[in-house]
Amino acid sequence: MELLYASCVGLLVACGVFLILRSRTFPVVLGLTMLSYAVNLFLFSSGRLSLNQAAVLGYSTDYADPLPQALVLTAIVIGFAMTAFVVILAIRGRADLGNDHVNGQVPDKDKKGKA
Amino acid sequence: MTLLWIPLLSLFGSIISSLTGKLTRNQSTGLTLLMPVIALAMTVNLAPAVFAGEVIRYSAEWVPLLGLNLSFRLDGLALLFVFMILGIGILVIFYTRYYLSSKDSMPKLFAYLMLFMTAMLGIVMSNNVLQLWLFWELTSISSFLLISYWWHKSEARKGARMALTITGGGGLALLAGLLLLGDIVGSYDLDTILASREIIQAHALYEITLILVLLGAFTKSAQFPFHFWLPHAMAAPTPVSAYLHSATMVKAGIFLLARFYPALAGTELWFILVGLTGLATLLFAAYVALFKHDLKGLLAYSTISHLGLITLLFGLDTELATVAAIFHIINHATFKASLFMATGIIDHETGTRDMRKLNGMWRFMPYTATLAMVAAAAMAGVPLLNGFLSKEMFFAETLHQQLLGSMSWLVPVLATVAAAFSVAYSARFIHDVFFNGEPVGLPKEPSEPPRYMRIPIEVLVALCLVVGMFPHFVVDGILQAASTAVLGGYVPEFKIAIWHGFNLPLLMSAIAVCGGLLIYTQRKYLFQFQASLPPLNAKKAFDGSVYVMIKWCQRKISAIENGSLQRYLMLMLVVVLISAGWPLFEMSQLVGGKQPTPVDIHNGIGAALLMIGAIGTVIWHRSRMVSLLMISVVGLMVSVAFTRFSAPDLALTQLTVEVVTIILLMLALFFLPQRSPKESSSIRVLRDLGIASAIGVVVGSICYALITRPLESISDFFLANAKTGGGGTNVVNVILVDFRGFDTLGEICVLGIAALGIYKLLVNLPLFMPGSDSEGRPWAKERYPLLLASISQSLLPLALLVSFYIFLRGHNLPGGGFIAGLVTAIAFILQYIAHGSNWIAERLTINYRKIIASGIAIALFTGVGSWAFGRPFMTTWFEYFDIPLIGEIELASALVFDLGVYITVVGATLMILASLGKLTASAHKDEVKV
Repeated sequence: MELLYASCVGLLVACGVFLILRSRTFPVVLGLTMLSYAVNLFLFSSGRLSLNQAAVLGYSTDYADPLPQALVLTAIVIGFAMTAFVVILAIRGRADLGNDHVNGQVPDKDKKGKA
Repeated sequence: MTLLWIPLLSLFGSIISSLTGKLTRNQSTGLTLLMPVIALAMTVNLAPAVFAGEVIRYSAEWVPLLGLNLSFRLDGLALLFVFMILGIGILVIFYTRYYLSSKDSMPKLFAYLMLFMTAMLGIVMSNNVLQLWLFWELTSISSFLLISYWWHKSEARKGARMALTITGGGGLALLAGLLLLGDIVGSYDLDTILASREIIQAHALYEITLILVLLGAFTKSAQFPFHFWLPHAMAAPTPVSAYLHSATMVKAGIFLLARFYPALAGTELWFILVGLTGLATLLFAAYVALFKHDLKGLLAYSTISHLGLITLLFGLDTELATVAAIFHIINHATFKASLFMATGIIDHETGTRDMRKLNGMWRFMPYTATLAMVAAAAMAGVPLLNGFLSKEMFFAETLHQQLLGSMSWLVPVLATVAAAFSVAYSARFIHDVFFNGEPVGLPKEPSEPPRYMRIPIEVLVALCLVVGMFPHFVVDGILQAASTAVLGGYVPEFKIAIWHGFNLPLLMSAIAVCGGLLIYTQRKYLFQFQASLPPLNAKKAFDGSVYVMIKWCQRKISAIENGSLQRYLMLMLVVVLISAGWPLFEMSQLVGGKQPTPVDIHNGIGAALLMIGAIGTVIWHRSRMVSLLMISVVGLMVSVAFTRFSAPDLALTQLTVEVVTIILLMLALFFLPQRSPKESSSIRVLRDLGIASAIGVVVGSICYALITRPLESISDFFLANAKTGGGGTNVVNVILVDFRGFDTLGEICVLGIAALGIYKLLVNLPLFMPGSDSEGRPWAKERYPLLLASISQSLLPLALLVSFYIFLRGHNLPGGGFIAGLVTAIAFILQYIAHGSNWIAERLTINYRKIIASGIAIALFTGVGSWAFGRPFMTTWFEYFDIPLIGEIELASALVFDLGVYITVVGATLMILASLGKLTASAHKDEVKV
């Protein structure tokens, strides 16, 4: 199972990285969202994987590590705030600049290969 | 305690004087003078103890583990400087009152002067070398402000910039030197460093340390070849020059030499570096000073030359030379400050400082002329004045040194030559200005200045005379105390007297005076010779090199920073790849020793769905709606994963956040194009895929390596204390609101700040949106479906009830402020979607900014509240109560904190979505109008 979990994290990172390297804002936002999923899963797994051991006292004999959970919980909420900020920035950027290219301007045709 | 008050009072003085803008000039001056006068009284009070050989210390711990303490120390040397800084500072402030015209802002200059005074006091009294350096930099900054006080003049701005560049650069060298020194000794404590002479001088890094520290000292005290900033700093108002270039700024460099004398001096390298630099500066500047037509220019070079003299004295290998150096510090401060002030008066009354125009001033201002002539005579070293005494000591010491080996006889000869030039430029100051015919084309009719403007000069000139005639009574005590501090205990017998009999130093003095007068009378030939030399313009060279450097940096920056986000990200990712991937190759084994868990069918299906979602997002990323749907699958599967792996709180949070995120992104799609054009070339795509997979492999491997290793967690503490200490059984929530409550407070602040930032970004947004979708179809007319409207309305109370339940049970079961806040927010967002923001606005007027603020305030005050009970910040209080009909109930202060979290989350989430949603409503309105 550990191998499967790690593969999922790796795949999410790879997809996220590929998306943030795109040239338009929306895929970059999606990439950031994807990366934050991956990071949250990664941090969460630092408490190791455990089944049926929720850290609620009195419901099981052994408990999952609650500390990474607490850290990841706030990370999820802040991740949302960050995504929201980037999205609004993208909207503002498009409104002010007239395009949604991450560099702020659509490259000329002849430069396309290099940009 | 008193020691701390001396710099502190001066700092208060800076603040007070900056607030006196509305008062009259006299009131402003009086209030400004108050603090340094009190500080001076305190110092006088402390002086007897220091004279008796005591070193007074004050220390307060700040970061003791790093050796950072706030500590002050007052020994003889520091006392001498404190006296000069405060005493001359008071006189300068008093003088400024009459110098500044009504157009200039007096409080501003006073505030800068007092800030500078604070910095200087800090330097001389610091007992920690890092603290010393901090104040050292503060003098650079405050002198920058002082020199550029007349900021509308280009020369003032340039002069200030040059001074800051040179002294700031020296400051960096000094920092490096002090860090090395601290490293060698193992302490940044000045007491310890001064006592570790043997360790320092035996260390392999001694040479480089010494050079770095000396660089700091030489740049500050304008030693050759760093002298050129000082003449340009003359663009400052004259009181500032009087302060900076007599007793303080430039003397800070000299102070540094004296301060570290016990630790660094005594080696061959010290004598060569310090002695030769001093000698070169002394000679060069004395020669140049003669040719300056500007009075302040002459004084500037004379200052450099005298600083060179003091430096040379520190570089002579005798104890008496050090005593002479300290003596000359005092004397130079008194006569140079009074000369600058006299120059200020002349400038003030005639409108010029050009010696070719100023002639025959004796007739117009005989009183000021007398004062200036006495001071200038002291500068020239005329008997019965203080300058004579220290110069005599200097001559005597030049005869007892071996600085240049067998060529050491050159030193006294060169010293005499420099002294002759010093007499010559002093003579020029006196004769050219006050006699020598009639003034030429003065802008103003000269007269005596206001009576009180002369008082500071009178005080200083009186000091020159008293020291010059009765040295034994006036300066013996302070000289003894300061020399003890510099020489580290042993002070040779010295006797300062006017008459030592006929000896070699007296002969040298006589030669210097006669030679100087001869040079002055024959100056015509010298001026012709000087004019025939190619002009050497240090300013042009400096400006040129700065320009070249800036151009070079600009080229480099534009090469690296071309404005392409994709390129920055690519470079960063490659760096990440290398730095994170490299250690993996050095690891012998990836898999750890933990027993692996078997894969079951549920996990397999979940993982497969997640992978399909992620890959689907990438494949269809140009069709934005589809990729959005795909990524929502990933989010859902992440939340399922949290459920599966024993994290119900996380699952709930992820689920609710997922809903909010997807709504947000759909809203955003309204304002953004529906599709991404195909832009990247195939090679580009291949390259990005390569980088992405490599990073994915690295992160996945690290993750695998991590989770297959056994866990040693600090969480046992939280599990053991959650119930007893925090009063809750849901450990995750107890950590959030109690153990790590401070973190949570910071996190909701971040949330609030992000929401405010978004609010700000959306203000005055020029709308850019299509009237139809990407296929060209107009938006549906029926915007608020009846079915959704009715159902959502009836769902609202239910949803609020659920969120209230989740909130309440959060301390003991999965739930809490974050999750409840998100549920509430979603319930409201549903109303926005179903009815539109206008419908909501008619029924509910909410200022989300105030909600966020009140949420953070509640959380903060719950934390602060524990102080009222004498407990540390954010200590949870809880108690169980038995309420009839309901039964036993637990009340905890953590619940109030969680309420703050809840309110902030609701406010921030709604603010983000509602302000964006509102824009779509206005867009539709525009469309209807059109």
